[in-house]
Amino acid sequence: MSTHVTTPEQEAMRRALAAGARPPRATAATACRAFAWRGLLKIRHVPEQLMDATVTPVLFTVMFTYMFGGAIAGSTKEYLQFILPGIVVQSVIFTTVYSGVALNTDMTRGVVDRFRSLPLWRPAPLVGAVAGDSVRALVAGGVVVIVGLVLGYRPDGGIAGVLGAIALVLVFAFALAWLFTTLGLVMRSPSAVMNTGFMALFPLVFLSNIFVAPETLPSVLEAFVDVNPVTHLVTATRGLMGGAADGGDILLVLGEAALLTAVFVPLTTWRYRRG
Amino acid sequence: MTPDTALAIEASGLVKRFGDKRAVDGVDLAVPSGSVYGVLGPNGAGKTTTIRMLATLIAPDGGSARVFGHDVVREADAVRGAISLTGQLASVDEELTGRENLILLARLLGHRPPAARRRADELLAAFGLEESAGKLAKHYSGGMRRRLDIAASIVVTPRLLILDEPTTGLDPRSRNHVWEIVRLMVAAGTTILLCTQYLEEADQLADGIAVIDRGRVIAEGTPAQLKASVGAGALHLRLLDPARRGRAQEMLERRFGSVHLEPDPAALSAPCGDAEQAAEAIAALAREGVAVAGFSLGQPSLDEVFLALTGHTADDESATTTEERVA
Repeated sequence: MSTHVTTPEQEAMRRALAAGARPPRATAATACRAFAWRGLLKIRHVPEQLMDATVTPVLFTVMFTYMFGGAIAGSTKEYLQFILPGIVVQSVIFTTVYSGVALNTDMTRGVVDRFRSLPLWRPAPLVGAVAGDSVRALVAGGVVVIVGLVLGYRPDGGIAGVLGAIALVLVFAFALAWLFTTLGLVMRSPSAVMNTGFMALFPLVFLSNIFVAPETLPSVLEAFVDVNPVTHLVTATRGLMGGAADGGDILLVLGEAALLTAVFVPLTTWRYRRG
Repeated sequence: MTPDTALAIEASGLVKRFGDKRAVDGVDLAVPSGSVYGVLGPNGAGKTTTIRMLATLIAPDGGSARVFGHDVVREADAVRGAISLTGQLASVDEELTGRENLILLARLLGHRPPAARRRADELLAAFGLEESAGKLAKHYSGGMRRRLDIAASIVVTPRLLILDEPTTGLDPRSRNHVWEIVRLMVAAGTTILLCTQYLEEADQLADGIAVIDRGRVIAEGTPAQLKASVGAGALHLRLLDPARRGRAQEMLERRFGSVHLEPDPAALSAPCGDAEQAAEAIAALAREGVAVAGFSLGQPSLDEVFLALTGHTADDESATTTEERVA
């Protein structure tokens, strides 16, 4: 019947079907970029998502500086110099949980089935998403630095030191995000991922050298703080921002990031493939 | 060696277990290229699990399947290059706009950004979605979402389109629209695997049908063959006076061999595919004083086919034990 009468809609449909020739297959890099773009679009459509990445770091910076500054360091000004690189680390690290939350949300929707049935480099949806999340991390880190500068923080490492520090923190965040994507694939709901993620992060963040010098702690605690990767990251960041960058500290952080990636990228990819 | 591509899908003995349950328990399928093939069955029969194996989303526990000659496990990537899947949950990204959804897929399928945008606009026009192109997909109506979903499936025209219950939850107008799209796609040369629990849908669209129940194919054939397997047709009668049904049953039994009494105490039906015989029977009833309030002569519906094949109706949920969508 549709062969005799042709409506404009049918004509448009026929044209659309006829024009569906297959271009050369997307490269791994193209696919990752497309998925990163997808992540950024979501932030653009729901900018409130960035609230967590901006408001919380501001609150932390102001609160810790003025509440504890006097008590811990004798003056808020001095404490700010000490604490700010640590707050950068803390704020960025907290954003990594969202990579897991977003993946968990995705898995409950049909769209993942479509991605998984496309002829693509298999980890592309994951690598692209986590890379896109770096923008959120960058915003969090950047906000803290700006608030710090306004409050009177002066980085002795200069612009290069600050940029280097942020780059290092982002590399570590990219690696750590894979722990949470793995979590995102095994947990039942986005809020479970969020709760478990923060529960895992709190001891790592607070039992570190962000807020106090480890020497002041009881020895058991000090031992934990010393092996805590967050401590290593804070030490390296402090060095870079404070103009006393230490190659060994930086290498240690990069090594730990590589280890996290080597363990959790394959785990995440494997779980994702199983669907 | 060129694989035999006269068959779009060739599955033999497919098995998928979830725990102790065999969700798919030895499914064989042979779907000719260029046809619409219906997979018909109630919820939980194993339809979705079967197509998830064919679409390379889950690996079979037993048996094998080829899509255009490519093994779904060993040559999964080649299979993915030939198919598109429109899943039971609409496979669109709700947090992106319709246009962004299509651009994303076009880019993932290898289009450069300008070509991807062009292709997206072309599809939005063809599917009547231009006005909503900038709206987030989560604000789309069910029908619009389905259209976007199908548009996303043909960003690159697939050789095989797998549609999992494409009209579930749609109003009749949207449903007709989807059917129309399916017909046009087949005319353009795409093979379509259509999973449905709507017998009418399979009847309308499919060239061949496999009826699945409890993880197995229990019947296969054209819609006409399946109908013929339960008999030529039926004469349905409603009497003015239910008290006369016994007399009518007696007379019709003599004529047609058997009679089926409907739940309605005034209604009964008999196997009869011929209008003249039906007219004679009604006239004979009238002469005996059995007044007929209404009648119809029809092909058996696929509902009746399903009942005859399985002993339960297609929407009989109690027949199934576990949810199908586990993976």
